[in-house]
Amino acid sequence: MSARNRELLTLVLAALVASAAFASAWIADTAEVEQGWVPWAALLAGVFVVAHLVARVVVPDADPTLLPLAALLCAIGLTFVYRIDPDDGRRQLVWVAVGVLAFSLALLWLRYDYRVLERYKYLFGVSAIVLLMLPSVPGLGERINGVKLWVSIGPLQFQPGEIAKIFLVVFLAGYLRDKRESLASGRLKDVGPLVAIWGGAMLVLVQTSDLGSALLNFGIFLAMVYAATGRLSFVAAGVVLFAGGAAVLYNALDRVQQRVTVWLEPWTDDKVYCTLNGALEYRQNCDSYQLVKSLYSIANGGYGGTGIGRGTFETIDGTPLIPYLETDFVYSAIAQELGLVGSAAVLLLFLALVARAMRVALIAHDGFSKLLAAGLAFGFALQTFIIVGGVLRLVPLTGITLPFVSYGGSSIVSNFLMLALLMLVSNRAVQGAPR
Amino acid sequence: MNTQLQRVAWTAMALIVALVVATTYWQTWARPGLAARQDNEIQRVAEFEVRRGLILAPERRLARNEVVRRRGKSLYFRKYPQGKLAAHVVGYSTASRARAGLEQSLNGILTGTERDLAGLVESQLDELRGEPIVGDTVVTTLDLRAQQVALEALGRRCGSVVALDPRSGKLLVMASSPSYDPNLIENNFGLIDRITADCRPAAPLLNRASQGLYPPGSIFKVVTAAAALESNRWKPDSGFVDPGYCIAYGKRVNNFDTSRPFGAIDLATALQYSVNSVFCNIGKSLGAKRILEQARKFGFYDRPPLETPETERYPSGLYDRGDLWFPEKDFQVDAGRMAFGQERMLVTPLQMAMVAGGIGNGGIVMRPSVVDRFVSPKGTTADRVERVQLRRAVGPVNARDIGAMMVRAVEAGTGTSARISGYRVGGKTGTAETGVAGRNTTWFIAFAGRRGERPEVAIAVVLEGQSSTGGSTAAPVARTVMEALLRPTANP
Repeated sequence: MSARNRELLTLVLAALVASAAFASAWIADTAEVEQGWVPWAALLAGVFVVAHLVARVVVPDADPTLLPLAALLCAIGLTFVYRIDPDDGRRQLVWVAVGVLAFSLALLWLRYDYRVLERYKYLFGVSAIVLLMLPSVPGLGERINGVKLWVSIGPLQFQPGEIAKIFLVVFLAGYLRDKRESLASGRLKDVGPLVAIWGGAMLVLVQTSDLGSALLNFGIFLAMVYAATGRLSFVAAGVVLFAGGAAVLYNALDRVQQRVTVWLEPWTDDKVYCTLNGALEYRQNCDSYQLVKSLYSIANGGYGGTGIGRGTFETIDGTPLIPYLETDFVYSAIAQELGLVGSAAVLLLFLALVARAMRVALIAHDGFSKLLAAGLAFGFALQTFIIVGGVLRLVPLTGITLPFVSYGGSSIVSNFLMLALLMLVSNRAVQGAPR
Repeated sequence: MNTQLQRVAWTAMALIVALVVATTYWQTWARPGLAARQDNEIQRVAEFEVRRGLILAPERRLARNEVVRRRGKSLYFRKYPQGKLAAHVVGYSTASRARAGLEQSLNGILTGTERDLAGLVESQLDELRGEPIVGDTVVTTLDLRAQQVALEALGRRCGSVVALDPRSGKLLVMASSPSYDPNLIENNFGLIDRITADCRPAAPLLNRASQGLYPPGSIFKVVTAAAALESNRWKPDSGFVDPGYCIAYGKRVNNFDTSRPFGAIDLATALQYSVNSVFCNIGKSLGAKRILEQARKFGFYDRPPLETPETERYPSGLYDRGDLWFPEKDFQVDAGRMAFGQERMLVTPLQMAMVAGGIGNGGIVMRPSVVDRFVSPKGTTADRVERVQLRRAVGPVNARDIGAMMVRAVEAGTGTSARISGYRVGGKTGTAETGVAGRNTTWFIAFAGRRGERPEVAIAVVLEGQSSTGGSTAAPVARTVMEALLRPTANP
């Protein structure tokens, strides 16, 4: 069976699972068994059929599992966003369509050879920094929840950091392929541009207090440097730098101190200083309110979960219990309603996606393709780890999105662009292989 | 480069596996602990989708459900038709506050989660069918009419009445004053905060029957008398000399009324008229630990077993700087003062009702309970609370003798205002002086029944901030409540 036929078959399977999930969310919301959900499910299926057809034409030999995995994750995300807020669910569907459009355009644009990107690596590096700085431009940027991440153009809000992440990966892949030998032998001259562009990006991220993205980009950088040079000492140096930077940040930013305190000790038996209102409160009722409520939500799921649409996210009078439930905390909604069985399954979908993407890196022929795919794959894994690990109190909580699942346009679009790049690399790797 | 890539790939996958492990931890290992946390609002709200079992006094509903449909869900809110009548026993189940009373301690039964396998399968099937889970109904042992009488008799005074059937341990009355209306907890908590009574703070949420720790005063003499007879060194007719006071630790300890020393007196008469010096000397002679061991046999130093939450039941005994304390050596305690209820002795009305009941029941203290049975949604009795003996506190002969002394105290002693014509009533008064005039804690404990039969009722009454004695304040309350219990039709 050809790769694209296998993809279609897997997509049908994903559609069945997704329809069941979406139908139960719909029925739980209306309290009646009816078919109102069918057009929506069909619309989503249609969007992915378009993606499949474009892939059939442009990248016929690409890995057949990547698109169905992304589709299923998207559908699960959509189900939960819809279940939490139906209006946002409709908006998210539009964003998925836009994402698939971006995916298709990227495939078509780079259909001959995506490696042209390598030629513009410095352009990508510099634009990444420019993109990251956009939210700080007066009149353009918008500060939401103490973080400057958004750019407003008219009614549209846009998070340039998401695109900047891809640009940084492209820059690193290009630069590291070029300089890997000299870097590995320790020629410090070549470290210059690398440190300049990457360091600039990190500084901007720290300046906008987007610590989650800073951590993500830092991790991707380390993974790619290691993959390119094979020198663990670089990783060790990076970790030391990170520890130093973290210590400085910890002392410089109250925000960081607060996050760490909340992480280490979310519950207090005595009332402590509350940074939100300056009064004395139990920490679980103040600074760590979100984290604690989200942990209760996860725990309430137990083995089997409450079932989609039957979880508890609101108080009796209908006020939401968990802030940012459909963005940062979407995993705690999934964990409550699907339980251990379902949330582990969702995590395994991510595991499969990462594993397949890493396989793309392994079978690719040239250094640029390998590094590009590895950077994107590790990016998916680390982003998932940072946000889900934060929600699970494994690491301090920093607000970033769960790839393909969280509500948010910029995130969805950039994830589809990453997917497009992975499929392009994969297609070329298979086509170039000796048959 | 592939070796490095493989390592990066393993790292990436290890990150995701770590997430699976952490999820497992929170959803299995840590789950019960999180579910029990007081600030876990999700757990509390989720349980509103369960149709909780009712709480009944045999003939009337203490807690029922009110269905509200919201966003396709049926939510079951609690209403308490009897208001403040049995608030401290029933407690409340609300979204805004952690539960209290039976609503808290029997939550598992009321929500149908503590069932045998067949019952659990049944409720899982209900869940799959989309029907609400229905919890088991709890039937209490309370006599609401007597409960009403008790609350009315307490009036604005702060205090408590506990009455039980000494033969079975069933609680018939558990009243605490001031009480509150549990229907106000959810949305009008401020009104409860503003409840006033003849004491400050009024603390209406406190269940004084089992959470109120009071100095016992002379009612503790019943325990001392039991220790004395059990030691075989004294008999009811053993002689003492009462000079009107006793010397304990070099200090003079006066009788309640020093102007009229009794001179030569026997033990039975000393209990009848509550003569401090006699019990002071018994205490000094026996030592504190012997008396405390006797108290232990009545249930002191343990939380009295009852179906209400453990946090709402305090053990009686000596308290040292706020902590329950059992002395290692006799000299650590002033046994003379302790013998007539002073020192650091603190007791709850529930415990003292158990003492009166134990004496009335031939020396056997029955395990107290406020729940009679659990009824499954299908109407079958799922479980009946067994009547079990808690302990033998005193030998049968000594119990009979102490009982007879207590009867003398009611018929011609300090407790005459608790007499009920046609019934045999034995009681003991207590007046614990706080050193401030008009601030006495007054007590009356008693048992009562038909002549020639085992007593049907044991009672403990405590009143805070009284200017008079237990005999003139608490004993009349005890009589009113006992009459209501003994003559169910006499006073409708």
